[in-house]
Amino acid sequence: MALKTTEIEAKGGRSRHRSLGLSDEQALRIYEVMRLARAVDERMWLINRQGRAPFVISCQGQEGAQVGIAAALRTGYDWVAPYYRDAGVILWFGMTARDQMLSFFARREDPNSGGRQMPGHFGNRRLHIVTGGSPVATQLLHAAGVALASKQRKEDAVTAAFFGEGAASQGDTHEAMNFAGIHKLAVVFVCENNGYAISVPQSHQMAIENVADRAAGYGFPGVVVDGNDVLACYEAARQAVERARRGEGPTLIEVKTYRFTAHSSDDDDKRYRPAEEVAIWRQKDPIHRYATYLRDAGILSDAVEEEITERVTQQVDEATEYAEQAPDPTADDLTTFVYKQELKP
Amino acid sequence: MAVKTVIEAIREGMDEEMARDPSVFLIGEDVGNRGGVFLATDGLYKKYGELRVIDSPLAESCIVGVAIGAAVNGMRPIAEIQFADFIAPAMNQIIEEAAKFSYRTAGDFNLPMVIRAPWGGGVHGALYHSQSIEATFAHIPGLKVVAPGTPADAKGLLKAAIRDPDPVLYLEHKRTYRLVKGEVPSGDHVVPIGKADVKREGTDLSLIAYGLMLTYCLEVAEKLAGDGISAEVLDLRTIKPIDREAIIATARKTGKVLVVHEDTPFAGIAAEVMAIIMENAFDALDAPVMRVTGPDVPAMPFNHILEEAFMPNPEKILLKARELAAV
Amino acid sequence: MATSVKMPQLGESITEGTIAKWLKKPGDQVKKYEGLVEIITDKVNAEVPAPLTGVLKEIKVQEGATVTVGTEIAVIEESVTATASAQKSQPPPPADLVAVPSPVSEEGQGGAETRTRLSPAVRALIEEHRISDAELSRIEGSGIGGRISKKDVEAYVAKRTQPAAANGERQQAATAPATAPAQTPGTTVPLSPMRRAIAANMLKSKQTIPHAWTVAEVDMTNVVRFRQKVKESFKQREGIDLTFVPIIVKAVVEGLKAVPVLNASWTDQGVLLHKDINVGVAVSVDDGLIVPVIHQADRMSIAGLAKVVDDLAKRARAGKLGIPDVQGGTFTVNNPGTFGTILSYSIIAPPQAGILAMDAIVKRPVVVDGDAIAIRSMMNLCLSFDHRVLDGVSAARFLQGVRRWLEGFSEQIPLY
Repeated sequence: MALKTTEIEAKGGRSRHRSLGLSDEQALRIYEVMRLARAVDERMWLINRQGRAPFVISCQGQEGAQVGIAAALRTGYDWVAPYYRDAGVILWFGMTARDQMLSFFARREDPNSGGRQMPGHFGNRRLHIVTGGSPVATQLLHAAGVALASKQRKEDAVTAAFFGEGAASQGDTHEAMNFAGIHKLAVVFVCENNGYAISVPQSHQMAIENVADRAAGYGFPGVVVDGNDVLACYEAARQAVERARRGEGPTLIEVKTYRFTAHSSDDDDKRYRPAEEVAIWRQKDPIHRYATYLRDAGILSDAVEEEITERVTQQVDEATEYAEQAPDPTADDLTTFVYKQELKP
Repeated sequence: MAVKTVIEAIREGMDEEMARDPSVFLIGEDVGNRGGVFLATDGLYKKYGELRVIDSPLAESCIVGVAIGAAVNGMRPIAEIQFADFIAPAMNQIIEEAAKFSYRTAGDFNLPMVIRAPWGGGVHGALYHSQSIEATFAHIPGLKVVAPGTPADAKGLLKAAIRDPDPVLYLEHKRTYRLVKGEVPSGDHVVPIGKADVKREGTDLSLIAYGLMLTYCLEVAEKLAGDGISAEVLDLRTIKPIDREAIIATARKTGKVLVVHEDTPFAGIAAEVMAIIMENAFDALDAPVMRVTGPDVPAMPFNHILEEAFMPNPEKILLKARELAAV
Repeated sequence: MATSVKMPQLGESITEGTIAKWLKKPGDQVKKYEGLVEIITDKVNAEVPAPLTGVLKEIKVQEGATVTVGTEIAVIEESVTATASAQKSQPPPPADLVAVPSPVSEEGQGGAETRTRLSPAVRALIEEHRISDAELSRIEGSGIGGRISKKDVEAYVAKRTQPAAANGERQQAATAPATAPAQTPGTTVPLSPMRRAIAANMLKSKQTIPHAWTVAEVDMTNVVRFRQKVKESFKQREGIDLTFVPIIVKAVVEGLKAVPVLNASWTDQGVLLHKDINVGVAVSVDDGLIVPVIHQADRMSIAGLAKVVDDLAKRARAGKLGIPDVQGGTFTVNNPGTFGTILSYSIIAPPQAGILAMDAIVKRPVVVDGDAIAIRSMMNLCLSFDHRVLDGVSAARFLQGVRRWLEGFSEQIPLY
């Protein structure tokens, strides 16, 4: 019946993914998208450190949680309201490496914003990715609203809202969970707890150990998951999504994870966390863990790995080249789309 | 045509739009079962049910944020903020989110939503039930702001706002709810956003106003006529996008302009109207543009003497208009 | 609340006073301490300030009348907002309405300036209907301070006949104005506001003041020598040049003290002898002439005058004079001699009674005592005066006073 707050351990076994309802192809697809997210991100850092683009905000270390959870949703049907670190989510939901690079270089063709927003400010109506701004946690209320509309139209679409443990301190987080709980909306709240809000550690962000514990206060279940175990994330998400689709209301999934890089290219994480800590978490890299599992499961061989690497590299190279050549917006692009319907000036 | 009060016109506007379009719904505090603290939504809960008339928690950011989400997913929400004075908790959602959805996505997203809020004083509401907020929000690109002053305009502008593909802040002056009556055209009466209205033609000077002040200015114009001064009264109706052409036209016609609003003066709407006139009609001016506004204090106090001292009224407006006529 | 204003006791043993001039009329706003009325007594002529802020409701004693100290002379309605006066229904005489703090509300020069200040709308109408300055000067201004408003011009245009409209069309720039004769070839330089103002003033002066003119020749040698001697050290000490102007002004002040009828104004009630000696000094600027005023020049030393003159001239050329700088003059000194002229006939600035032109200082052979010939620095002082206010004798006596002071110049005369 009601889920208890548990830690879902990475279980051994060759067919774990199959027991979760994933085919081999799907399992590999998840892997590839994680690899792509990482590769795009690494390329961005390189270019940024070359001084050719001003800003990177990374997903590195959190790909497992992001892709694992996104994979439990129906693309093109369900909705996501990501936050700025969710490259894994949006790549699963249909954005491409090229889209990412266009956004990175702030080109006119950038599908999120036409070069108006910083990288990491995802948004695409067709792909059901709700546009995000820089103020955090506002998207949780939007997700509740999207889910309310689904309910009003008696559709079973599910909306997933992603946020960090820092955003969990915002009033909007409380208001959104409260509202979603009251109306049993089909929302999956996903808190990617990576232990730091820029430099502020969790101990200064809240008095409790698990963000998931707050769910009880809103009348729905909260689950803690190893965020670097992609299949564990998938499993938790699948249960939450099915719950929501059945009309049983929201779930709060807290994934415990870690970001390998500094908050962004404008941050120096050596100022607030020890290198040893980062090293420890790098050993739990979700991509390596999943690769190990996939090899054990017999579906990832060297050849397949190489194919994936080649595909990913090619996409990243092509995307970079394309975006480098793509035209910038012009000064005329400054004043358009203030309104959808410009009324007589 | 029938004679209605402002609040009746507003209620009818919502009712007609909700009947016409199933994606239109209401969300706000007390809008459902109670019918709104002013009875603006009276009867709608019974008619449209709990999925379309939603009593929200006491959380303004939630009201607006949820409305935004619903608008993303194909609905046309009417979010009610119970008093304009309480809109502040929703500022982040309104300014940083709603106003910027279209711009930050280069037109990929748009939000066909309305935020309704009762505003203005003269009802012994004191500091927190009497404020004017139009200047604050008119300043934010990406929002539309309307402030009708008559029942016909209230209904017509509300329909236009609901049908508008962009976020519209719809300001209903609470004092006018039952005080101001007027004829409302039957049928699908829509008043376009962005068009001011000359409510009374004149040649000697122009009174520019909106909301409750419109009613006062019409009274003043009548008194001035008795003095042989022909005053034109321009009802702005829409604060943003403001009808620059109408403002310029009336300034050019009379050469003497008096702008009237209840709001505090600094960077209020009168300042913008004066700037438009300076930039576009300077050569036609026969006197400096003048204004009558509330004072530069945080809000309207409770004691009736202080409230009256704050509020512009026909006497104060008449005095200033005569001064302008004599220059 | 109505407050009574009484004839004040302006000096010990004064028992009565005469109303010389009301500075406000019924219906006007008065501020506490603002000038309300000018009163003349045996000993003292004074401007009496209003005792409180309000609206002047009634004048009880007319100009020219003499009453004992303590008699009620006016009533002021004390007010916060003058709502009482807003009830009269006549359109729209200014007296019935709350007076706006009008930018210029004094008599004399102030009045002329308010009338000549034209709003953009009025200027547009003037251009459109080709209204000449002469016509403009005949239009009655119904605005505050006599301002010609848009309505006034529109009313005028409606009334006047338009001979130029014989061909039925209103052409823009090319047509000759109705009041001008057939145009000869040439370029029309548009009138600047300053040119218009000067023109209006000059016309008014010549039309209302009967000018008479007389000249005295002054031996400036002592002054010239003195100035040569001290000018370096003066410049070092004061940072400004010691020109002839402050010395002449000092001489003029002495002359005015001796013959006060030249420091006066003609009024229908009588010749108004001014209490202060405020000397205007004409300064040439880009567009024309401006006359800043040295207020209470009689209280200044030569060095003091030099500083004030220097400051006023600088600000005049920079266009930075304020309204008080050009108002209140009681006599004017003009310096056309800088351009070499030796005799000048200046036009009096109304409502003053005289203007003195100091022409060029030229070295000439003259006969000095004992029938010897000497080369002396000679200068002509040309006085234009209002022949209603004074006659040639007073004019000559004034010039004599000035001349003697200048000719008797020595190092004994203190600079400070």
